[in-house]
Amino acid sequence: MEFLNLVLVAPIVDMIEYPSFFIEVVFGGLMSGVMYSLVALGFVLIFKASGVFNFSQGVFALFAALTLVGLMTGTVPFTLNKSLPELPAWVAIILTFIVMIGLAIAVERIVLRPLVNQDHIIMFMSTIGLAFVLEGLGDTIWGSEVKALDVGIPTGNFLIGEIQIQIFDLWAAGIAAFLVVVLAVFFQYTRTGRALRAVADDHQAALSVGIPLKNIWIIVWSVAGLVALVAGIMWGSKSGVQFSLSLIALKALPVLILGGFTSVPGAIVGGLIIGVGEKVAEVYWGPLVDGAIENWFAYVLALVFLLFRPQGLFGDKIIERV
Amino acid sequence: MNDKVNLLSVNNIEVIYNHVILVLKGVSLEVPEGGIVALLGANGAGKTTTLKSISNLLNSERGEVTKGSIHYESQEIQALTPSDLVKRGVIQVMEGRHCFEHLTVEENLMTGAYTRGADRKGISEDLEMVYGYFPRLKERFKSLAGYISGGEQQMVAIGRALMARPKLMLLDEPSMGLAPQLVEEIFEIVALLNREKQVSILLAEQNASIALRYAKTGYILENGRIVMEGEAKALAENDDVKEFYLGISHGDQKSFKDVKHYRRKKRWLS
Repeated sequence: MEFLNLVLVAPIVDMIEYPSFFIEVVFGGLMSGVMYSLVALGFVLIFKASGVFNFSQGVFALFAALTLVGLMTGTVPFTLNKSLPELPAWVAIILTFIVMIGLAIAVERIVLRPLVNQDHIIMFMSTIGLAFVLEGLGDTIWGSEVKALDVGIPTGNFLIGEIQIQIFDLWAAGIAAFLVVVLAVFFQYTRTGRALRAVADDHQAALSVGIPLKNIWIIVWSVAGLVALVAGIMWGSKSGVQFSLSLIALKALPVLILGGFTSVPGAIVGGLIIGVGEKVAEVYWGPLVDGAIENWFAYVLALVFLLFRPQGLFGDKIIERV
Repeated sequence: MNDKVNLLSVNNIEVIYNHVILVLKGVSLEVPEGGIVALLGANGAGKTTTLKSISNLLNSERGEVTKGSIHYESQEIQALTPSDLVKRGVIQVMEGRHCFEHLTVEENLMTGAYTRGADRKGISEDLEMVYGYFPRLKERFKSLAGYISGGEQQMVAIGRALMARPKLMLLDEPSMGLAPQLVEEIFEIVALLNREKQVSILLAEQNASIALRYAKTGYILENGRIVMEGEAKALAENDDVKEFYLGISHGDQKSFKDVKHYRRKKRWLS
């Protein structure tokens, strides 16, 4: 009885007694959720368009952030020598995007093209390889120390009632929302978007109707590169550009399981649920087991989801003909 | 060469998979402008491989044309990508339909127009044209292609190819897994397309009886070689074809003992 009370009743009572604290916790959760969503979005894009689970998406974000910092601080690649002119943020962002497109072209040419029509697991393994290569490359080119990143997103905070709100968080949410709307429209209503979805469904058939796989893959990996760049900027500005950034990719996994691997809105909603879920769980249920459940709570949630709804909240229906 | 210009001529091609497996051992065939040509043969004879070497879908399957040449509109086309070929009017309707399951019927059709770029007006006209040939698709235009029946999927596959405004359609086994009545319906429409839209058709089929009824000329493929060719009518009358592909034997029923003896009479294999 005592135990049930602790688990089921006390936390709820807490929430109701101090509503403003609860809202603050939820808000904090939403904001870290947005960050997860941004990373998950990159996974979804590539998965939708090629059926490949791109393990290297997190490293993409890291690589983008590293390149951006490198350009902004005028670092000469491979030397750590800061003798180049420092570029303003917007120029650096555009240049970094171009680098990401170049990366997409290289990935298509070197990794994907020779593997057309191979099993998904083979593609998956190749992206794991890609992750390590890219991480090493980032290290070699830009150096491994933690770097600060400031592209001029406003910071500071204000109060609504008793609730403290970070301006940076609002910006992050706004940018994420904008990206999602653009991507959803792109996938659903444009010729290229339709072709991307067709390729995801059936490579061979897409080839047979004249959709050039090569271009499609370059497009989708570039878009994923752009999303990675945005995610990299957000994470980098918040907690510094460091190599642990590539590990946020792992947090995106439960987000994807929750939201569905093929759904753009799913990545967003999944991210928010995971973000809020882990913060609330940490604050209200964490003390029962001496805390630190934030790190694994997401995975438990994902496991539960796999049991009841393996395609996720918004994922494509698994079509089975009988 | 006959006086009529051939839209497609395949000249003595050899295809090797994975650098070792020889699948086609010298296949030659011709598709005249506006013709329906049947390519008959049993499982594994090389029909699909022949079509794929024309549409150049072989590359993605680790297959390669190692000898011979393929000319379309008097031009060598082996170096072109599938996408270029579709732009020039050669499109393959793959065996087993291969619809995009998670796209709606209409979206499936629209993917066929991918190579035509932004010709909005022409594309929406053609969409109506396809619905004209396949009224059933119009009723289901919002359904996911994964959920419609096999016959409807075949219609989607053909309609999708039609959206590319093809001059030559490579139809691979359109009868596969369909009820006889539906097969008849599909072939009727294919013949109609051939007449009204001047789409030339190269048709790979196991179902020889129906294919020979709709085709003008035919080729018979066995073990990667063309073993017989001619007017569809003449082929349908040929005793060996009757025996091996149409399942009609003349005279008395044979015992298994005799079949073996009869096999030896398949002279073309030697």
